[in-house]
Amino acid sequence: MKDLPEPLAGWIAAQGWALHAHQRAMLEAAGEPALMLIAPTGTGKTLAGFLPTLAELAADPRPGLHTLYVSPLKALATDIRRNLRRPVEEMGLPIEIEERTGDTPSSRKRRQRAAPPHILLTTPESLALMTSYEDAPRLFAGLRRVIVDEIHALDESKRGDQLSLALTRLDTLAPGLRRVGLSATVEDPERLARRFARHPEPCRILHADPGPAPDIAMLDLPSAPPWAGGGGRYAIPQVLEEVARHRTTLIFHNTRAQAEIFFHELWLANADALPIAIHHGSLDRAQREKVEAAMLAGQLRAIVCTGTLDLGIDWGDVDLVIQVGAPKNVKRLVQRIGRANHRFNAPSKARLVPANRFEVVECEAALEAVRARDLDGAPPGPGPLDVLCQHILIRACAGPFDAEALFGEVCRSGVYAGLSRAEFDDCLDFVATGGYALKAYDRWQRLVRRDGLWQLRDPRATRDIRMNIGTIQDSDTLKVRLRGRGGKSLGEVEEGFAASLTAGDTFLIGGEVVRYEGLRELVVEVSREATRAPKIAVFSGTKFATSTQLAHRILAMFRQPEWPALPRHTAQWLALQREVSKLPEHGRILIETFPHDGRAHLCLYGFAGRNAQQTLGLILTKRMEELGLDPLGFVASDYATAIWGLEPVPDPAALLDPTFLREGLETWLAGNALMKRTFRASATIAGLIQRNLPQARKSGRQATFSSDILYDTLRKYDPDHLLMRITRQEARRGLVDFDRIEEMLARSGGRIDHLALDRVSPLAAPLLLEHGRVPVHGRGRERLMEEEAAALMEAAGLS
Amino acid sequence: MTGYRFSLNSAGLIARPAGTLLWPDERLLVISDLHFGKSERMGRRGGALLPPYEVSDTLDRLEAEIASTAPQTVVCLGDSFDDLDAGHNLEESPRLRLTQLQAGRRWIWIEGNHDAGPIDIGGTHLAQITLGPLTFRHIAEAEAQGEISGHYHPKARAATRRGLGARPAFLIDVQRVIMPAFGTYTGGLAAGSAALRGLMSPTAKALLTGAPQVALPLSHCAPR
Repeated sequence: MKDLPEPLAGWIAAQGWALHAHQRAMLEAAGEPALMLIAPTGTGKTLAGFLPTLAELAADPRPGLHTLYVSPLKALATDIRRNLRRPVEEMGLPIEIEERTGDTPSSRKRRQRAAPPHILLTTPESLALMTSYEDAPRLFAGLRRVIVDEIHALDESKRGDQLSLALTRLDTLAPGLRRVGLSATVEDPERLARRFARHPEPCRILHADPGPAPDIAMLDLPSAPPWAGGGGRYAIPQVLEEVARHRTTLIFHNTRAQAEIFFHELWLANADALPIAIHHGSLDRAQREKVEAAMLAGQLRAIVCTGTLDLGIDWGDVDLVIQVGAPKNVKRLVQRIGRANHRFNAPSKARLVPANRFEVVECEAALEAVRARDLDGAPPGPGPLDVLCQHILIRACAGPFDAEALFGEVCRSGVYAGLSRAEFDDCLDFVATGGYALKAYDRWQRLVRRDGLWQLRDPRATRDIRMNIGTIQDSDTLKVRLRGRGGKSLGEVEEGFAASLTAGDTFLIGGEVVRYEGLRELVVEVSREATRAPKIAVFSGTKFATSTQLAHRILAMFRQPEWPALPRHTAQWLALQREVSKLPEHGRILIETFPHDGRAHLCLYGFAGRNAQQTLGLILTKRMEELGLDPLGFVASDYATAIWGLEPVPDPAALLDPTFLREGLETWLAGNALMKRTFRASATIAGLIQRNLPQARKSGRQATFSSDILYDTLRKYDPDHLLMRITRQEARRGLVDFDRIEEMLARSGGRIDHLALDRVSPLAAPLLLEHGRVPVHGRGRERLMEEEAAALMEAAGLS
Repeated sequence: MTGYRFSLNSAGLIARPAGTLLWPDERLLVISDLHFGKSERMGRRGGALLPPYEVSDTLDRLEAEIASTAPQTVVCLGDSFDDLDAGHNLEESPRLRLTQLQAGRRWIWIEGNHDAGPIDIGGTHLAQITLGPLTFRHIAEAEAQGEISGHYHPKARAATRRGLGARPAFLIDVQRVIMPAFGTYTGGLAAGSAALRGLMSPTAKALLTGAPQVALPLSHCAPR
């Protein structure tokens, strides 16, 4: 076994530490061209990644960039710098460590380009930006190692795809560069490693000891959860008891709105005034940092949070994780549980709080999966072409390039290994000429070919391109600020939510009830409102869909003759459903029809996840409108879609004809807002729409117009344009999630059970109580609008 | 003639669902902010290359409006071209289509801030024009009476309903009309924004284009 060189060995001994086996293994394998460490949270993963760098630099501290560290979070980069500085200073090593993120002042960025530190800590976006500079070859020439942290999280997003392309650039600029990936536990380490390594070379995988099995169970609650909804409010007394019994508790929620409401209610019941804070992505940065600092200092007993605390450093002594609401995804649940392991080799402790009756079933299925160490995850699709388009633009900023060479380089990304030359050429053509069927930009091509090399026609374009690097789609949000001079910034809300407010409305943000006063220069001005109950915090975080594997586990549970593991209230509910109707089965689709509340109802149990069930609702109601069945609306959950209308559907099975559903995707859905949002995201990444304009004006006339217009124009005149193809490809997943509909069809193979009931079934009843009812956009809706406008005009005396 | 009928300074007018304004007594049709050549201009400046179909799409809709209203006079209220070069660079086919539209009728180009100056396409170029009780200019002036202008690209949605998309809109009060933009690639300024509320009287209304043509009190229009 290789010994740790001095002064590292001495320093570690002086701390009274011993290296973990995986940390030693990382040192031994330091020479591997590609290396990936799979380790649970809190096992010194990051130190394991940096040890070889420190050892090499201790032996040879020559100037220049040695190691680049990339993490998905800026906060993580800051924290790593702090954590590395101490040993480096105490050992007296002349190693420079700096971070470079969007928050770094431009003077320091310039200095870093001229005289780079030994270790640079950055994010995928800042790295992409650095590769766009003309002096990138000089900056990266001596680079020896690149460490990518939390690679499991990056791999699931376009940020990871972009990073994978940036790594191919670095390979060219720094031959012999070694890659090190650090990942939490994932379902398929080999696949992750293949996507991370330089294609087609291998990647060595090291596994840390996964530690003892977690102590995970449902929170013991005296009462049954409500039939519908997602707040978990009924569990507040027990959650408070748990907080009081533990040192630090993380209370995870699936959406920001739910976190806010829960936090508010928690404080109303918090008689002992336990220090409890809230943390989520819509809060003002300063406020989030304050919470993080308080947690680091051990001043908090609990934090109500969302996915923002899924990743990152271990803040304080977390000894309990509570998940409120169904976990939706086993892998994420396991990673969240891992947040509670402050003591190495002690089991992480987690409790689940199902927010409604169906979630009891889902939580039980998730518990089984965790015990079986059966993680979920959909295999990733091919490398997205919108990200490739942006990569080509970034490459062009750095200087003229040869198409053949760039294609070869891109294909060495594990993510883009399957890219065809034709696809690459389509992207290049899009970037260069717009790629339209109508050739219109001969004079104004964005890229031109001179002496065989592609380059920007107008070098001034680099500024716009650099300002728009990145793949994160921030929904349009408005800042929220307390009214008055120097009013405190509270966070952000979505624009659509802000537009729905009228003066006097109250909502929750950062745990406070505030009153909407007005909009001033795109800032939502509010005042504090101590007494009134809030309207609601509708700004939503991500709404995850229940994973395919978890849905299958639930369907498998339904096959059991009885359910001893489930609480009695839930087992009885399922038994009643079996008695009066049927429980959904894995290889069949159940459709119930019944009259309710004077309307004909249809409930389709597809178990395809929220987004796909929503898409089914859109396609089916459109079809019903064509058939003259006058649908009025629908509501979708992760398991089912319920549709109501004026006429009963005579033959529901016919609605599920696969050919017809696929046609629905191509035709009706093409005009839908979901597709337009999908298009906007891809068009922005590909560089057709600019998020940031150099002359962005804060108020007044809009400099840009809606991307919907571009989408409609392309649909009308150029339906096979690259961006339309990308949009259709993206619709297989994400908001539209048509792949899950295909999975449902394949699983059931046309076996459809239609039960005509005389009343609502036990399983359907909670669904009808769910929020998020979607009205059908028919002629009726326009009539309603005319009536409402007429009433308004009359009330205003203008008729 | 379909559209929303109203009168301004005793002239009877029809605001058409397509976003044009007809003065039947004078057989005069008003169109605002065509912004021909917007994508060409963005490309020329090194920016993104937008789908190059907006000139022909705008012309399609303009031809349809002229065909169904058969005006003797057409007034384009400025910003007809995204800039002067966009006008000069306009290709042969759209030029020809414009020339055909101009045949047999009076055609007035009012200057806008984007296209201040003559363009080598037929028609009369004017800073503004007054015809009887009405004055046509690009940017509204505070004290004007009987004024038809463009420039602001107003759009509106009812603040009372969520999920209703904003549409281009006419703003109408007893003093003036501010026209919606007609060009395919034009954004908009919310009717309820401070700039537009400042120009219009408290009893002004916003008339949404498209079908159905919905009129809303401006005071109820969202500021964004």
